[in-house]
Amino acid sequence: MKELNRMTLIFDGRSVNESFARVTAAAFLAQLDPTLQEIAEIKTVVSEAVTNAIVHGYGDKPGPVSMKVQIFAEGKIRITVRDKGRGIEDIPKAMTPCFTTGNEDRAGMGFSIMQGFSDKIRVRSLPGKGTTVVMEKYVGGREAVSRG
Amino acid sequence: MISYDVQERILTVSLFGEIDHHTSAGIRSEIDGLVRKYSPLCLILDFAGVDFCDSSGIAVVLGRYRLMQSLGGEVELIRLPRNIRHIFDMADLRRLVKIE
Ligand SMILES: Nc1ncnc2c1ncn2[C@@H]1O[C@H](COP(=O)(O)OP(=O)(O)OP(=O)(O)O)[C@@H](O)[C@H]1O
Ligand SMILES: [Mg+2]
Repeated sequence: MKELNRMTLIFDGRSVNESFARVTAAAFLAQLDPTLQEIAEIKTVVSEAVTNAIVHGYGDKPGPVSMKVQIFAEGKIRITVRDKGRGIEDIPKAMTPCFTTGNEDRAGMGFSIMQGFSDKIRVRSLPGKGTTVVMEKYVGGREAVSRG
Repeated sequence: MISYDVQERILTVSLFGEIDHHTSAGIRSEIDGLVRKYSPLCLILDFAGVDFCDSSGIAVVLGRYRLMQSLGGEVELIRLPRNIRHIFDMADLRRLVKIE
């Protein structure tokens, strides 16, 4: 499918950048004229993926997080969040609702929310090398058309 | 940022702004400080002023539920924006707390 536009952002894996990343993604995608609901969903999935990179990928030693946002025809978007952190041993297990390796400040719901608010999610990870999360979604009120 | 009101051992905490991993530690400790101070029987969390909330907010609710349980009290959530209601439903929070 033809790519119409893209942006890439690289930032330190510090918690203060969580809001920066989600607001930036939403601002870039404003050109698709998304609904308020779609904006809220986009901000939420970006926040989940970026927070995971920061909290689980890097932990106490912040490293670089990259976020790529692509726009395709018919309002299809793809968001790619990548870290070079710890990586995930067992991806299906990590994606199980309520599974967390975090403390009581985590609910284990990040992947479930990413799945619920996007149309497609793909996770690639290598222990010790890092994690890449790719999410696709249709925005701009074209949902029904695009999904047939 | 939060504001609160206590009446007859009902503590109502109004949350404002964004709830994410960056802000949730402060929100948690502010609420817990109020709970320790007033020992309420019911903690009501008002989400009407919340502009953004991700899974970090789910953990905030779960932790406050556990704290109130340990004190023999309960938690109620009110005025949830649609999107926040949606993620709280994904986590099945209704099993544990009352959601208006
Ligand atoms: N980028 C990452 N690097 C390393 N591990 C990860 C990464 N993303 C997720 N994980 C692993 O997958 C688990 C589940 O992630 P998920 O986002 O669903 O829940 P959580 O982050 O633990 O809690 P919540 O998102 O509710 O705050 C994490 O606890 C962690 O073990
Ligand atoms: Mg998470």
